[in-house]
Amino acid sequence: MKDSGNEIVLMKGNEAIAHAAIRCGCDGYFGYPITPQSEILETLALEKPWETTGMVVLQAESEVASINMIYGGGAAGKRVMTSSSSPGVALMQEGIAYMAGAEIPGLIVNVQRGGPGLGTIQPSQGDYFHATRGGGNGDYYVIVLAPSSVQEMADFVDLSFELAFKYRIPAMILSDGVVGQVMEKVVLPPFKPRRTEEEVIKECPWATTGHTADRPINVITSLELRPEAMERHNLHLQEKYAVIRASEVRYEEMLTEDADYLIVAFGSAARIAQKAIGDLRKSGVKVGLLRPITLWPFPTERIAKLAEKVRGILTFEINAGQMVEDVRLAVNGRTPVTHYGKMGGIVPTPDELIAALKGDFEVEKQRG
Amino acid sequence: MDNIKKPENIVYQKPRLLNDTDMHYCPGCSHGVVHKLIAEVIEEMGMADKAVGVSPVGCAVFAYKYIDIDWQEAAHGRAPAIATAVKRLWPDRLVFTYQGDGDLACIGTAETIHALNRGENIAIIFINNAIYGMTGGQMAPTTLMGMKTATCPYGRQADLHGYPLKITEIAAQLEGTCYVTRQSVHSVAAIRKAKRAIRQAFENSVNRRGSSLVEIVSTCSSGWKKTPIEANEWMEEHMFDFYHVGDLKTSEK
Repeated sequence: MKDSGNEIVLMKGNEAIAHAAIRCGCDGYFGYPITPQSEILETLALEKPWETTGMVVLQAESEVASINMIYGGGAAGKRVMTSSSSPGVALMQEGIAYMAGAEIPGLIVNVQRGGPGLGTIQPSQGDYFHATRGGGNGDYYVIVLAPSSVQEMADFVDLSFELAFKYRIPAMILSDGVVGQVMEKVVLPPFKPRRTEEEVIKECPWATTGHTADRPINVITSLELRPEAMERHNLHLQEKYAVIRASEVRYEEMLTEDADYLIVAFGSAARIAQKAIGDLRKSGVKVGLLRPITLWPFPTERIAKLAEKVRGILTFEINAGQMVEDVRLAVNGRTPVTHYGKMGGIVPTPDELIAALKGDFEVEKQRG
Repeated sequence: MDNIKKPENIVYQKPRLLNDTDMHYCPGCSHGVVHKLIAEVIEEMGMADKAVGVSPVGCAVFAYKYIDIDWQEAAHGRAPAIATAVKRLWPDRLVFTYQGDGDLACIGTAETIHALNRGENIAIIFINNAIYGMTGGQMAPTTLMGMKTATCPYGRQADLHGYPLKITEIAAQLEGTCYVTRQSVHSVAAIRKAKRAIRQAFENSVNRRGSSLVEIVSTCSSGWKKTPIEANEWMEEHMFDFYHVGDLKTSEK
C-alpha cells in the first residue's frame, strides 16, 4: 500500500475513493461491479487492505445484497461502505430506506451514469431526485455530498463516515462518471487506524455487538406496528433532520460578491461552470457560482440571500432539471430561475452554458 | 409442596434467554419450540454476550422480543447478507439467521445461495411450514403439490404454480456448506435431535467451519386450517414424504 504522506499523486476519482477508505479506518467494503465505478472494488482488491488494516472487502452477489451487508455492518457499529452507479443504486433503495428507518450509519457512493433504466454508461447527474428525496419508501433523508474533484472524492469518504455516525444516518457521495473516471492530482488523507472492538462498543452503545450484562439487548429494526409509536419514531427522525439542516449545510462560492447573475451547479457541472464563468468575466459579464457541496441538506438560505441581489439564476446540471426545483423553492420568486443541462450521457461544454445564460437573461442587451 | 421447590430438585425450566413474555405465535406452531431450543443452545454454549441473531420478515419477525440477545431485523429475504457482514466484521461472534420458507427460499434465494456458497461462517435456521403464515396462508415456494392455500385455492398444480423447491438439497451441494440437515420438532425425540442440530450449526459458526443450514419442517396449524394435533399428523403424513428428515451433509471443512 502506498503511503504518500502529503505527496501529490495522480489517480482516478474512483481510485481515490478506495485509497481514502483504506486510510480513514473503514472496516468494510461490500459491492457489485457496475460501470463507471468498478475501479473502486478493483483498487481495493489490488491493495489487499485485509492484510494491512484488517478492512473487509467482499464482492457481493448483487447491489441488493451489498446494501444489506452495509445494513448489517453498520448496525454492528462498523464503518462500512458500498459503491455503485445509478441502476445499482436504484436497486439499493429498499435497503437505504431500512437503514434510514433503523438509524444505521453507512456510506453509499453513487458514481452516476445516464438513465432512466439501464440507460448509458456515460456521465449524468440524473439521480439528484432519488438521492435527495430519499429514493425508498417513507419520510426520510440521507446526507448527500457532491464532490467536484478527485480531491473531494478522497476527502468526502472520512467526512461521510463522521457525519453518518454523528447522526446515525446513511450518507451518500453523489459523484458522476466524470469525477469517477477523470485523473487528477490528489493528496490522500493521512492514515487513521480502524477503531478497536472496545472503541466500537463504547462509541456505538446501540450497536449489535453482543448483549453484555451492563445494558439491555440492542435490536436494530425499522419495524413498529403500533401507529402511535411509529409516529413518535418518525417525529424523532424529523427532529434529527432539522438539526442536520441547521448544522451541516456545506457550499462553496466563487465571485458572488459583485455578481449580476448566479450559476448554481454541483459536482462535475460546477467545474464546467467555473470555466464558463472565467470566460464570461473576461467579456465583462459579472457571473458568480454557488456550488452546493451538501445536496441534502441544501443551501436554501444562502441561495435565498443571493437571490435578492442578482438579476437571474441559472441552474446548471447534467440532467433535465432536478436541483432547479430546490433552487426555485429557495428563491421563491425573488428572481428568475432557469435551467440548462443535457441528458443521455452528454456532458455540456462551457460554451453551451455561456450561450444558455446569455439566451435566458438577454445578457448582451442589458449590458448594451 | 414448598419443600420440593428447591434449586437442586429442578429437572426442567425455561431457558434464561427466553423472555418471560407472551408469544404471538398460534397454538401448535413450531416457532415457539425452535425459539426455546435456540435460547437453550446459546445459553449452554455460554455465548449470550457474543450472539447476534438476524430475524426475517414473516411470522418470526419479532423473534427479537423472545430471545434475550442482540438482534437485527432484516428486510424480506436479506438476512444472510446481513449476517455475512456481521460475521466478517465480528469474526468471534455467533451469528445466525432465522428465516421462513418464503423469506429464505423465495424472495431471498439469491442471498441464501450465495452466502452458503461463499462459506460464510453463519448458521441459518430455516422454518419450512410450506406456507406464508404471517400474510394469511398464501402459497410458498415449498407448498406441496396439490396443497390448498389462499393463492392456490384449488391446490398447487405444476402448470399453474410450478414445483415445490427443495432448497436444502441445493444447499447440501454447495462447496461452502459444512453442515446441512433437515429436522422437525413434532415429538420429544424430534425436538432433542433438532436441538443437537442447532448446537452443531452454532458451533460451526463460532469455530468458523463454514455455512450451516438447519431446516426445521414445521407446522402452521392456522395456515393449514387444522388443530395443532391434526397439523402434526398432517405433517408426518405429507411433509415428511417430500421433505425427508435427516442429515444431508455433515462433512466439516
